[in-house]
Amino acid sequence: MWEYTEKVKDHFLHPRNVGVIEDADGVGEVGSLACGDALTLYFKLDGQGRIAEARFQTFGCASAIASSSALTEMLKGKTLEEAARITNDDIAAFLGELPKEKMHCSVMGQEALHKAIAHYRGEAETPPEGKIVCECFGVTDRAIEASVREHHLTEIADITGYLKAGGGCGKCHGELQRIIDMVRGEAAPPLPRPPRLTNIQKIKLIEETLEREIKPALKQDGGDIQLVDVDGNRVLVNLRGTCASCSAAEVTLKHYVEAKLRELVTPELVVEEVRP
Amino acid sequence: MKPIVYLDNNATTRVAPAVIQAMLPHFSERYGNPSSMHSFGGNLILDVRAARARVAELLGAQPEEILFTSGGTESDYTAIHAAVSSNPDKRHLVTSRVEHPAIKNLFEQYARHGYRVTVVPVDQDGHLDLDAFHRSLTEDTAVVSLMWANNETGVLFPVAELSQATRERGIVFHTDAVQAVGKVPIRLDGTGIDLLSLSGHKLHGPKGIGALYVRKGTKFKPLFVGGHQESGRRAGTENVPGIVGLGQACAQAPAHLADMQDRVRGLRDRLEAEVLRRVPNCLVNGDRQARLPNTTSIAFEYVEGEAILLMMNELGICASSGSACTSGSLEPSHVLRAMGVPFTAAHGSIRFSLSTFTTAAEVDFVVEELPAIIVRLREMSPFWHQAQAARG
Repeated sequence: MWEYTEKVKDHFLHPRNVGVIEDADGVGEVGSLACGDALTLYFKLDGQGRIAEARFQTFGCASAIASSSALTEMLKGKTLEEAARITNDDIAAFLGELPKEKMHCSVMGQEALHKAIAHYRGEAETPPEGKIVCECFGVTDRAIEASVREHHLTEIADITGYLKAGGGCGKCHGELQRIIDMVRGEAAPPLPRPPRLTNIQKIKLIEETLEREIKPALKQDGGDIQLVDVDGNRVLVNLRGTCASCSAAEVTLKHYVEAKLRELVTPELVVEEVRP
Repeated sequence: MKPIVYLDNNATTRVAPAVIQAMLPHFSERYGNPSSMHSFGGNLILDVRAARARVAELLGAQPEEILFTSGGTESDYTAIHAAVSSNPDKRHLVTSRVEHPAIKNLFEQYARHGYRVTVVPVDQDGHLDLDAFHRSLTEDTAVVSLMWANNETGVLFPVAELSQATRERGIVFHTDAVQAVGKVPIRLDGTGIDLLSLSGHKLHGPKGIGALYVRKGTKFKPLFVGGHQESGRRAGTENVPGIVGLGQACAQAPAHLADMQDRVRGLRDRLEAEVLRRVPNCLVNGDRQARLPNTTSIAFEYVEGEAILLMMNELGICASSGSACTSGSLEPSHVLRAMGVPFTAAHGSIRFSLSTFTTAAEVDFVVEELPAIIVRLREMSPFWHQAQAARG
């Protein structure tokens, strides 16, 4: 039994806007019987170029029907520029959430929408770019790579959840893992070195960061911090209020102030407390 | 709470009240260990022995040929492991395309470890390709594993006959009879079946208990080593409550079986006939003669199975589907694909499986409610409208 939100159940059991628009301005068809789900999306514009009506026909599971219903509700009243910005994540968010294994239902909604807008604009259908990796569902390496990047996917099952790729015979699992490894390998590039600061720039930046970022945070807990001196990369401070007597002061210094200064000023800084 | 109409008995069954009664003392005052020297524990071996005799009797076997396990999957695994490891010179295994995942995935694992595996096809009715089966048997074949009854379609393989061919050639024959025991009569004496798996919870017994039949004289190697339980064939302290429950379930099985063959079969036939009459564009998957009396798999064209199941769920109707969307995999059931059921129908296939607890009123309720569900889903389906337009 899938875990569906109440909103998914509602849109599945009481789908909005089922049907065809005979004189539609835009029509988008995705999916097939063999794939197990398919969606035909129709929309009609009003005089101001906004979507006056959106309808759908869907063959598929509960979340495919709910995603289609949600999409047609989201489209109403939007310009095509606004509509084009709707992503599959927006559809999933509208429904509360979708099980990971069912994200492809929201992806199908986004694809049908893009096709319908392209149809309205008279744009030729572009064949999917790249090389087919999953033969069962006709998914290309480009599409998989883009999805892995965009949604931070780390497992083959996640890719199957979003794009269906790998959900059939399983022959492409090696290639899917290679794409994940490739994207993840890129994801941790060496940190760019910040530009070198002069001493005066450094002290000014430390002061600004303390005022803007750190003091307000400490004051929330009834504490305060004062800059005493900067000696090379040593930042000498003294703590006031509850911070001074608090047994967590050491931890606060180390983990918060130092981390913040290293992040926003320069990674070499070391924070030390001096007693007044 | 709405009443539950439970037509998913091939998934699991209701534990019979007498089974619960038989088990209860073994959770409370009779908690001893049958391996103990003191009579408080040691006497429990008598209960285990009685249960073993009841299982054997249901199968037409001897008590010493019955080995208790944790269920169908363990029985299957133990059987194939025993057959393969006792015949180390043989590197070829035979099975069918429609087996339960417990066997299907196990054989795929053996294939990855270098064994040659022949997967015998079935025809559109779900019957085994007999020529291909007989051709598959070689000097190198260690074991053949063929299910007695298919869990999705209920179609029966003539395993008793098929096992004669392996017996003549000295090949071990295993059958996964998890769906058959308690639904069709089983007599193992006189057959060439060497190993048979069964599961307690499919015949109104508890979950977590099963049995493996091992014909006397069949070479055996245990999967679990450790203590000397089950004559050294399956180590681990006996699941006494489960064993007693399985024994009770097997004792009641002949009565249920008689009801199955007559009343339940009649209900299943009525359900099937009425659905086919009231809903256009649907068909029964698999042969309608040689099959379990409690099972029907109906394919509804142009709609998807999960959607049907969840709409039935709203009404309290429990069934299951060969649909991809309910399984985590995205391909429709390997059983239906092996039978060549087209995608138009495979995605929308629903399995109804009845039991001795199923009533005529429940069947009537499903027959009344289901057509409207299919109409609603077809109204939403682009393919239904295309098919209607094409028809004109």
